[in-house]
Order: sequence, then C-alpha cells, then structure tokens
Amino acid sequence: MSDTKSGSDKGFHRRVLESKAGLFTIVTTLAISVGGIVEIVPMFTATAGPEQPDWVTPYTPLEVAGRDIYVREGCYVCHSQWVRPMRAELIRYGEWSRAGEYRYDRPFLLGSRRIGPDLHRVGGKYPDAWHYEHMRDPRSTTPGSVMPPYPWLLEKTIDEDDVAASVRALKSVGTPYTDQQLANVSELLRVQSEAIVQRLAETGVQTEPDREIVALIAYLQRLGVDGRRAIEQGLTSPSVAAPIDTTAREENQ
Amino acid sequence: MEYTNPTKVDESIYDDDIVRMFFGATVLWGVVGMLVGVVIALQLAWWPANLGLPWTTFGRLRPLHTNAVIFAFAGNICFAGIYYSMQRLLKTRMWSDKLSRIHFWGWQAIIVAAAITLPLGLTQSKEYAELIWPIDVVIAVVWVVFAVNFFGTLATRRVKHIYVAIWFYISFVITIAVLHIVNSLAIPATLFRSYPLYSGMTDALVQWWYGHNAVGFFLTTPFLGLMYYFLPRAAERPVYSYRLSIVHFWALVFLYIWTGPHHLLYSGLPDWAQTLGVVFSVMLLAPSWGGMLNGLLTLRGAWHRVRTDPVLKFFVVAVSFYGMSTFEGPMMAIRAVNGLAHFTNWVIGHVHSGALGWVGMMTFGTLYWLVPKLWKRELAYPNMATTHFWLATIGIVLYTVSMWAAGLMEGLMWRAVDDRGLLANPAFMDIVDRLDPFYGLRLLGGLLYLIGAVLMAWNLIKTIAASRAEVRTPSAAPAVP
Repeated sequence: MSDTKSGSDKGFHRRVLESKAGLFTIVTTLAISVGGIVEIVPMFTATAGPEQPDWVTPYTPLEVAGRDIYVREGCYVCHSQWVRPMRAELIRYGEWSRAGEYRYDRPFLLGSRRIGPDLHRVGGKYPDAWHYEHMRDPRSTTPGSVMPPYPWLLEKTIDEDDVAASVRALKSVGTPYTDQQLANVSELLRVQSEAIVQRLAETGVQTEPDREIVALIAYLQRLGVDGRRAIEQGLTSPSVAAPIDTTAREENQ
Repeated sequence: MEYTNPTKVDESIYDDDIVRMFFGATVLWGVVGMLVGVVIALQLAWWPANLGLPWTTFGRLRPLHTNAVIFAFAGNICFAGIYYSMQRLLKTRMWSDKLSRIHFWGWQAIIVAAAITLPLGLTQSKEYAELIWPIDVVIAVVWVVFAVNFFGTLATRRVKHIYVAIWFYISFVITIAVLHIVNSLAIPATLFRSYPLYSGMTDALVQWWYGHNAVGFFLTTPFLGLMYYFLPRAAERPVYSYRLSIVHFWALVFLYIWTGPHHLLYSGLPDWAQTLGVVFSVMLLAPSWGGMLNGLLTLRGAWHRVRTDPVLKFFVVAVSFYGMSTFEGPMMAIRAVNGLAHFTNWVIGHVHSGALGWVGMMTFGTLYWLVPKLWKRELAYPNMATTHFWLATIGIVLYTVSMWAAGLMEGLMWRAVDDRGLLANPAFMDIVDRLDPFYGLRLLGGLLYLIGAVLMAWNLIKTIAASRAEVRTPSAAPAVP
C-alpha cells in the first residue's frame, strides 16, 4: 500500500484519529453538524428567516379537516403548491408563492413533482361543483387525466372531535387560534360547511355538510386566497410580469 | 491494508446468524419494494391500475414504494454488510447478540407497520419521513439500540486501527439519528396524527435537510463503507489510495449536509440559503468522484476478472452509476438547470440512476459475494447471476433514458411561450398526454429490473436450500473409519 511508503503512518489521521473511535465519532458529529446549524438556526430569526406577514390567517377548522384529507390521500405526491417566479408559471398559475403565505402550513405541502398542475393558486379558480365532479370522476372535468377517482370522499364523514383535536394540537404548536374558536369548532364547522353545501345545491349537486368532500373543497378553495387579497390591497407588490390581458389569461387556464 | 492479508482469526467467534437474518430480509423486501414500484409505474401509464380502492391509489402507494426500497431493501443490506464486515475488521463478535436481535426484529416490525399504515393513508407527508409519530418513536429507539451495539463493538475491538469502511459506518449511525430526530419533532393530535414543530418554509428546509441527507447518509455513506470492504475483497486487490479515502471521506460528510436547499430553489426560502445549497451541491462533485475513482481504480490489475465474475460486474456498474448520478446531481442543483428539471420526471430518472444503479447493484453484488461465505456453498446457478446483471443493467438504461426524455419534454413544454407572450401549451393535459410512451418504456425498464431481482431471489434460495440439505444429510458427514 502506497500510504505506508509515503510515511503517512506518522500523520495525525493515521496515528490518532484512526485508533480512537470516540474522538473519530466526535469529529464526525461536528463535521455533519455545521451545515445544518448554519442553514436552519437563522430560520427562527426575524431578519434572516422567511417572512411572517400579518396578512395571512390560520386555516378554519373545516379547512384543517380538508388539509388532513389532502395529506391522507397523498395529493402532494402529484401536485405542488409552489408557483415559481418564472414567466411561464406566472401565466399558467398566477402570482408566484410568497414565503409568508406558508406561515401556518404544518406540515408544509410544497410538493416535489407535478404529475398534475400546481395548486397554490387554485382557490377560486373553479366553482365548488367542479371540484365535486373532479373528485368523483377526474375525467368528467379533465378528459385524459391520469388521476384516480376518489368516490369515497363523497361518502365518508368527518368527525368533529377529531377536527377539534387537530385544532387544539395546531394551537399548541403556535397557530394563533383564540380560545373562543377552540370552544366553537363544531359551530365553525357547521357554518362553513353549510355554506358550501348551499353553493353546491345551487349548481345541482346534493350532499351533506359532514362529508369529507365538503372539507376538501373548503381547503382547495382557500389556497392562495390570502396572497391574492394582500396583492389587491397593496400589502405585497404584484409581479410586474403578471398578465394584463385577462381574456388571454382565461384561455391559458 | 490489513484486511487483504488478515491475521487468521477463528471465524466461529463471529455472529453470522444476524448477518443471515438481515440478508434474507434484504431479498424479501427488495422484491416487495420493487414490485410496488412497478405497480405505481403502471398506474401512471394506465390509471385504472389504481383499482378504485382508497388503499391502492398512487398517492398512498408511492410513499410505500420509497420507504420499502430505502429503509427495507437498502437498510437491511447496510445492516447485513455492517454486521458482517465490522466483526471481521475489528476481529471481535458484535458487542451484544441480544441487541443485534432487538435491532433486527425492531427494524422488521417498523417495516411491517409502514406497510400497514401507509396504504391506510396514515402519514406525516414529509418525503421519506412519512411514518406516523408512534412509528417514529420506535425508529428512534431501535436506532439507539443499533448505535449502542455498534459503538460497544468498536469499544471492545481487538485491533487498534479503524479501517475506512468503519468511518463511513460511523457517519451513517450518527447522522441518521440526528436527521430523524430533528425532522420528526411534532405534537400529536391523535394516536395517528401529529403536526410538526416547524411551519411553512422552515418546515420545508428542515425536511429537505433531512431528505437530501437521507440520500447522503442512508444511501451513500453506508454503501461507500460496503464498497470499501466488499469491493477489495471481491477483487482481491488493496484499496487504490488511502490518502484519497481520507480526503473524500471528510469532504463528503462535511459538504453533504449543506445541500438540502437545492430542493427549494426559486421558492420562498431566503436567497442566501438557496445559494448555499447550490454552492455546496456543486462542490460535492469532488468528494463523490473521489469515492468513485477510489473504487474503480481498486480494480486495476483485476479488470480481466470483471469479464467472468458476476460480483465484480455488479460492483463496476454500481460504482459507475454512483459517478454518473453524482455528476448529474450537482448539475441539477445549478439554478438554471434546476429551473428546467424541477417537478419533472428528470428528477425521477436521476433518483433511479442512483437507486437502481448505485444502491441496487451494490446490494446485488454484496449478496452474491456473501452467499457462499455465509452458507458454505457455491452459488446454485452462476449463469443466472450474469443474466440478472444484464436484465438489471438494461432495465436501468431504459428507465433513466425514458425519464430524462420525459423530464426534458415536460420542462420545455411547461415553459414554452410563443411570440405573442402566450403559453405554447396552455392546457396542462396536452403535456400529460404525451408522456404515455415514456411511462411505457419506464415500466418495461422497471419490470426487467424486478425480473432480475426475482431471479436472484430464486438463485439464492436454491443455494441456501442446497446448503441446508447437505447439512441434514448424514451421507455428507465424514465417514467414520
């Protein structure tokens, strides 16, 4: 072996590190710690970390339930929630995703693959009934889609106690729900889900307020709404590359 | 170095039963994990393969596939290889047989729990960290058991010097513990659901710090350790350069940990963090190729044996794919390339050149090399191993090439804007429609790879069965004069 010839037996590495398991382990631990500490710790400071704008509001209990369904079904496996600041993405999806918009996202759902289109600006893009039909049979709204149907979402019901447990846990990790909201989960669920059922009924779709599909629609229709409102109100600057011709925009969608 | 001419130690002092157990688990979970991969590949090519059941949709099975191949297939061969090689390198039995068994059965229980919970939709959604919080707790406990046994063995070793393979194992044991614990911190809401301590972009950064280093410290460093032990043994040549192994080890473990943000380029992550991710990813090319070169150059003087020895064939292709995917990775981490490649099938192709090429082929080579040592019986069908090699190699080529082409097409079609400033392909479906031939080709590649693995399983089972029959048959015992 060339190393013995070149005299590296006398070197620090050979002589000390390679014969002291504890020391070797400590040095390895230090080596693998630096990068993580330098990159992650500043995320918790106001100046170096992501923005925390006050124009983002926490998800309602019904939206929390919908988000949990989104996670359960693995929607994030095929859909991103992350519009990049690039010309084509601004035209296709709308405004790029601001860091602060994810403020109350636990877990984050940016996604890593677009087998289907991005969903970060999907809120308000389609009527509630479109989502209902799309989940029942994706090819009824999108011919050629490779998405599986999710008919069980139309039948399964959400459990109020379960949603209340989620809201409590989210509050305990820092989502600013008020005590009043916490005490009224059941009422908040009822008001929002009945409004959605009402809108669905107006377009000829009959369902019940406690169905999972209602919660999922609430969540999907919420996506990107805070950001859009903030742009309209001048709380964050609009992208200069945003399309001006709205008819061309609709065609593109 | 010492292993090439080992001081003779009575082999019976080693615990090889535990190696055989992890060996068997590798083969079993490997076939299962690859089968799930083929199923989800079929689902993308032909959606009715989702079967209309909640438990079998792509969204639930894809995490099952990734967890099975990473933690069950790759994990079990790492443990098999570590338990086999570290006892011999340190000339001592594992510190505690009991801890070895707890590690084995605990790890298999985690895999079974994953196979039950993921199809049920019980998930935390973080990639490669999907398992729900109670399983996360068990993983932490089992890992500590492994670590105690590992460091106990190091402490009671009978040779002073610690060989390079062990350095890589140390980085594996330490880093996976740190990554798993930090990324899994969460507050439970119910027995099956929890919410992470971090939110939004911070959660994303912690996850990709974990996610990319799962690649770095679960699929790279332990396999480099296996390479440093099994490749020289199979080639019967000493490692090419000791100095290179020192330089590339420290550079690799130091640089790898910074690279996570390249998964979040053009996101809301602060720019300074994105740039650090890019710079360190590009730098990572050097130590990665240091490892590749040290592996390939170890074969100098033994290249003629690659022609006939299936084990060496697997190792050579594995190390070559390690070199290719660690070249591709840094390129894809450059902002301009990432802008095109991100979200596309190119990423899937990249991952599989590493997973099928590097991890899979290293595993197959190690299994074929180990079976005669562990069961004292030559491989039942040596030619079948060569057939497996060619099926796997052709499968990888079909897989990666089809995914590169599909990814480039997706990236280019998504971004194409005509001279009026409108999208050239305004309907997302126009692009999805064109992926069918590529998905078909990928399915074929994956299927060839799976068939190869099934042939291997058959070959190994027949070898082991023959060895056991020999032990049981009285006529095989030496005749009493």
